[in-house]
Parts: sequence; C-alpha cells; structure tokens
Amino acid sequence: MQLTLGPVLFNWEAPVWRDFYFRIADEAPVDVVAVGEVVCSKRLPFFAEHLPVVVERLAQAGKTVLLSSLQLVTLERERRQTAGLAQSEDFLVEANDISCLHHLAGRPHAIGPFVNVYNEATAAFLASRGARRICLPPELPLSSIAAIAKGVPDVDVEVFAFGRAPLAISARCYHARLHKLTKDNCRFVCDRDPDGLPVETLDGEPFLAMNGVQTLAHACTNLLAEAVDLASAGVRALRLSPQRCDMAAVARLFRDVLEGRREAEPASADLARLYPGAPLANGFLHARPGAERVAMEEATAFVVQGMGRRAAPPAAG
Amino acid sequence: MPISAAAVPTVPFLVSLAVRPLPLGPLQPLLAGFMAAVTRRHPRIFERLGPHAGKRFGLDPTDLPLAFVLAPDPACPRAVAVRELPAGLDARIAGPLAGLVGQLDGSYDGDALFFSRDIVVEGDMEAVLALRNALDDAQIDVARLAAAALGPFGAFAEPVLRGALRAVRTDDRVARRDG
Amino acid sequence: MELVCPAGTPAALEVAVDAGADAVYCGFRDETNARNFPGLNFSREEMAAGIAYAHQRGARVLVAINTFPRAGALALWHRAVDDAVAAGADALILADAGLLAYAAEYHPHQRLHVSVQAAAANPDAIGFYVEAFGVKRVVLPRVLTVPEVAAITRAVPCETEVFVFGGLCVMAEGRCSLSSYATGQSPNMHGVCSPASHVAYREARGRLVSRLGNFTINAFAKGESAAYPTLCKGRFATRDGAGYLFEEPVSLDAAALLPGLAAAGVTALKIEGRQRGRAYIEGVVRAFRKALAALAAGRPIEGAGLGALTEGQSTTTGAYRKVWR
Repeated sequence: MQLTLGPVLFNWEAPVWRDFYFRIADEAPVDVVAVGEVVCSKRLPFFAEHLPVVVERLAQAGKTVLLSSLQLVTLERERRQTAGLAQSEDFLVEANDISCLHHLAGRPHAIGPFVNVYNEATAAFLASRGARRICLPPELPLSSIAAIAKGVPDVDVEVFAFGRAPLAISARCYHARLHKLTKDNCRFVCDRDPDGLPVETLDGEPFLAMNGVQTLAHACTNLLAEAVDLASAGVRALRLSPQRCDMAAVARLFRDVLEGRREAEPASADLARLYPGAPLANGFLHARPGAERVAMEEATAFVVQGMGRRAAPPAAG
Repeated sequence: MPISAAAVPTVPFLVSLAVRPLPLGPLQPLLAGFMAAVTRRHPRIFERLGPHAGKRFGLDPTDLPLAFVLAPDPACPRAVAVRELPAGLDARIAGPLAGLVGQLDGSYDGDALFFSRDIVVEGDMEAVLALRNALDDAQIDVARLAAAALGPFGAFAEPVLRGALRAVRTDDRVARRDG
Repeated sequence: MELVCPAGTPAALEVAVDAGADAVYCGFRDETNARNFPGLNFSREEMAAGIAYAHQRGARVLVAINTFPRAGALALWHRAVDDAVAAGADALILADAGLLAYAAEYHPHQRLHVSVQAAAANPDAIGFYVEAFGVKRVVLPRVLTVPEVAAITRAVPCETEVFVFGGLCVMAEGRCSLSSYATGQSPNMHGVCSPASHVAYREARGRLVSRLGNFTINAFAKGESAAYPTLCKGRFATRDGAGYLFEEPVSLDAAALLPGLAAAGVTALKIEGRQRGRAYIEGVVRAFRKALAALAAGRPIEGAGLGALTEGQSTTTGAYRKVWR
C-alpha cells in the first residue's frame, strides 16, 4: 500500500508552504506527493516561485510527484493555466477537472478526487484514455470502492484516508463574502484560516470548515481502522490530506498500522492527539453520514462483510 | 388560477363559529363517500405513496373547529373527522382550509404555501412530500368528488360546491390586488 | 430560444406542455435521476404516455438519467437508458462519463445532452464530452456570468442550455457532498439533496427550527419566510460573523437577463423544479412564455414576478451577474 500526500488545500504563506514540503521530503514515509493549487487560482502566484525547488527536492527524496490541476476552471486565465500544466512532460499530472482531461487524452496521467469516478465503467473509460492512478471521491462507500478496484486492476486506486474531506466547490468565495469583500478584491482573507474557518450551527455545534471557494468537513477523516482491509479490497494507495499538524508523524502512524507494527485503535488515539482540532470520522466509507464515526469493532465487521459481498459474482452489466 | 400564495383566504370567523356546535357524526358518511370516490377515480395515488400509504396524516384546517385523520391505506382508505388531532400521527399538515383544498386541486403549490408560512408541516417529511406529490399528480376535482359523496343530492350540490370554490379564488384575486 | 420545463409527475408534464413548454424534462421513479423524491417521477408506462402526449402537441421530452451509477449496479442505469430510448425520448440528459459511453455505444443515434451535474463549466470540458460521446447540448452549471456563457457558447461545437428560474445550487453542481456529510444521502449517488427523510421541523421558543440529520440548519422568527433546510442555504456561525454564509434561501430569476442570453446564442432556457406542484409549473411556464413573447416583440422584460412561488419569497440573478461571486 502506497501513501500519497495530497496537495495543500489551504492558503498557506509561501515560505511555510515550501518548508512544509521540504520536511515531507526529508521525513515523511510517503511514496507519492501531489503538489499544486487545486482550490483557487488566485493563490498560485504566491508559491509558484517555490514550486520548482519543492518538486525537485521531493523527487530527489525518491517521492513520485504529481502535479495537481485546478478543481473549478471558469476564467480564461485558468483555462490557459490548466492547459499549460497538462503539457508537463516530467511529472504525472493529476487532473481535478474534466477540462484538464481534455488535454491529457492518450498520455499517462492521474485522476484526482474532484473528478467524478463513482463506478467501474467510468474508471475503465478513464483508464482507456490514459489514467494510471485514480483517487476516488471521499463520499464513496467501501462497496463502491471495492467494485471499482476490481474493475480496473491495472489502475492504482487511491482512497481519501486522512484530513478534512473536501465537500464542495463554488464560484463564490465565502471567505470574501463573510468579510464583505468581492472575490476580485478579496485581500486573500482566507490566509487567516490555514486549517479552514470553523463553521458552526446556530446551536454552536462545529459542522463545516470554510476555505475560500471550497467547503470542507469539520471532522477529520481517519481510515486507520480500515487501512489493512482496504488493501485487501484492491486499494493501492491512501491519501493523507495536509492539515496544520505534524503530517510526517501522521504518515508514520499510517505506515506503522499498514505494516502491522501498531494496532489501529491506539494509533487512532495518537492521531487524535496529533490533530486535536477536530473529531475523527469515517462515516462515508461505511455508507453513513460523513460526519459520523463508526466504532472500531463495527468498522472492522463492516469491512469484513464488504469483502464478503465483493467475493460474490458481480452484478450484471 | 392563482399562482401566488401571497394571500390565502381564510374561512370567515362567523362561519367558523357557526359550525362549531355542529356534531361531527353526519360528516363521516360524506368523508367515506369522498374517500371511496377518490380511491375509484385515482388509483395512481396509492402507487405514488408507495411505503407511505400505510401512514396516518393529520390534516388540520386552522380556520375550522375540526380536523381530519387521513389513513390512505389502499386496502381500506379512511378519513375521519375529529375535534382535535390524536397523538401518534406520522405527520400533521395545518393551514387555512383554502390552502389545504387548493393543494388537492392544484391551485396552490405546496412548497410556496410552506415558504410563506401559510401552512405548517410536522413529523415525517418524507411521507408529507409523498402525499403532496401523489395528490398533485391526481388532479382531484374536489367539487365533483364531494358531490359524488352526497349521493342522490350530489347533482344539485355540485354547482353549489363549485361556486363556493370559485368564490374562494375570487377572494384570493381581490386580496392579491389589494395587497 | 427553447423553453425547457420540469415535470415531476404526468399531470405536471401535461400542465407544462399545455402552458407552452417547448420541451419537458423528467425522470424515472428511482435513483437514476437527480430528483429521486418520494411520490415523484415516472413509471415506464407513464413515461411512454407522457412522451406521446407531448409529441401530439409538438413538444419534446428529455429524460434525465443524471445521477452517477452505483458501482456494481450499473444494470439499473443501463436499463433506464434503454427504456428511455425505447419510449421515444427526444434526448437523454446524462452526467456520468461511463453512462455516456454506454449510451453512445449502444444507442448511437440517440441525442445526448450533458447534465448540469457533470459541471462542464468551460469549453475544454464541454469539448471533452462532444469529442468523446458526440453530445449535442450541454446544460451549463450555475456558476457562470452572462459574458462567460456567451464566450462558451461561441467556443463550443454544441448547443448550450442555461437555467433561468428556480432553486439555485450555490456550489458547483455534481461536485457537492454536503448532503451526504450530514445525512449519508447525496445528489450524485442517491439523487437527493438534504432529503426529506432526514428533515425535521419543530417549534422552539417561538421560532420554527429546521434540522437535517443531527444538525440545525436554520431557525425562523414568527412571520419570517421559511425555507427548506437545504444545507448551503442555512444559517451558520463563524468567529467572523454569522448568518447565511453560503447563500440566502432565494431562487434564481433570470427573466430580466433574457436579452443578454439570447445575444449570447444560448439555445435553451431551463426552469428548475421537478419537485414542485402543478401550480408552480403552470405559473412559471406562462410567465416565461410571456417574457419570450416580449423579447421577440422588442418590448422590455421585467423579472418573472413569481416571488411568492419561490423559496425565501425572493429571487436573485445568481452567478449571472459577477457581483454574486
């Protein structure tokens, strides 16, 4: 099982962003690292100057580098930027929008979690056009993940396993709206919330996290308990999405559990200590509300049951 | 046809006061006849209700001193008039009589009445939605079916009922113009 | 411009056709379409009858099969495509690439439209669908300004269709998991957003409180217009302020923008609301027929004047004006 570090989804200061990746290159036991601006094209210029050196450092450290494309492409500038990225020869491009795929047809590439791959037919179609890796949407349940992995045995199927799950993207910037600014003159207020701005219900219950044009879960995904079984379902990589915490240590926890050095339960307790800002959740994988945390015993039982279903003959079609 | 929910007319207070002392007993055969007519003419309602047909709905015209319990079980569909809705219903829909009837015959949009707070819904929202969609599709001619329920007198009653329903809509147009 | 109107039931389809719809869109009664609500949608027989009714009166029927097929259960979606073709659908509205591939392969002569759920928001994405599946029309996501709609329409080798009235997704359509985060049911997988099965209203301290799953979405003071607890149109709080952080409970009304959309070269105008009653369908279709007649005659067009039918009892021109962003 590979570990993939997803792209930083938040607006981090450029030096912080650069140093974060330097440390990942030096210390984190991850195999693949996706870099690039996925959420808001206005942020890219800030860290663009550091991008070449970060990519080089990661590659030198033996990491496979993916260049992630923008999720929502509407402006001409964003189209050009996406088309340019897709021309990259040196690294695999991770497409996060159909428009990027348009430029990648016939060349090996990766599919990010923001392209809708909900079933084996879509996965096979994308594979036939050159997709070699597919990170599935975070809301998919295990039964779907297993069926997709089985349907495209030549593709590295990846699952979102740590971090606040990205839930929605919009043309409207909620950070700007909250601060009564226009999107064009946003003053980059999203940089005040490098881990997302907590959004609470009227009862004061934490619910979501706001990140400019993106909305994420308040809860932090944790699939440590399911990691080993996901491997037997045919999943070949787990995605760890950067939060403001010790991501190298997060990666070590996943590595330890995958290699049998740690039990999932104490490792999850450690994870909660590493990232104390949000409760851990795994509901999506269990076909439950994503905000929920399915208890460890139940989670394991569910996975076993899911495997049983997977072993049955596939449905017609 | 009013497309606005801006002003749902209510039954005049004096009329409401006048019916208060009346016993509910005589209403029962009328309701039974109405339900039988609905069942006969609109079997598709039950198909649309699907699993929600087995539920019990409280219909509460807030401008009348009575309410109805509706149990649209296809085997034995029933509507019962009551002074007060009992506990244990799956859902309750409350609002002016014109709003409730207007949803039956399609002259009002249920969502619009809810958004404007003219009607109140409580309980099993899925069941309420299923009932509303099933009724909206059925295009129930309230005057005709009510007349049918009256049996031999129906032929005389239908034009009167139709006139009454038309009057409600005329009121509505006036209200909207004034508003 | 063609007027494309919603129908959640056979009765609504007839009302839409009679009120002047050029085309009606509808779906089968299961999770293959994105308005999989209780009591709504068409059986196979109803679909065939509805198509016959529309065709007799010169209107077209577009069948929406626009959820993303569940892995391991593709047959349900394939059957929906096959049956819609057999029923004589004038076009299929699809979102999933795998399902588009199936339709293009097995029904090569069937007209295909790209659903708004596919979030094809620029000429490259649209070009992908045209080249890969030969689609004839794309329904544009509600994230674009009128000038952007015009630029896209000029640049793409297919027709464009845009929403002009009704419920408004604030998030890019087909790319939103807010509903499944709170309820386990999502538009993409189950064809529902903020499903009624997870909705509860209750009175608390003189306010009407709406909840979705385990979360409070809104609370309305006495007399204040209510709204359905759609997640993105709820009231929430942050350190920096509280209220409608994403969007107010408003509806789209782009009637006043019709001249701009016509100049942009848009082929079809779409009205949202397959879940709404006949009174809504009739009112909105008639209003837009009138607006289109005014446009053709060169008379000024005002808003459709349908505020009372809309959520929050108020309307917006949404993303069509740049300030919305």
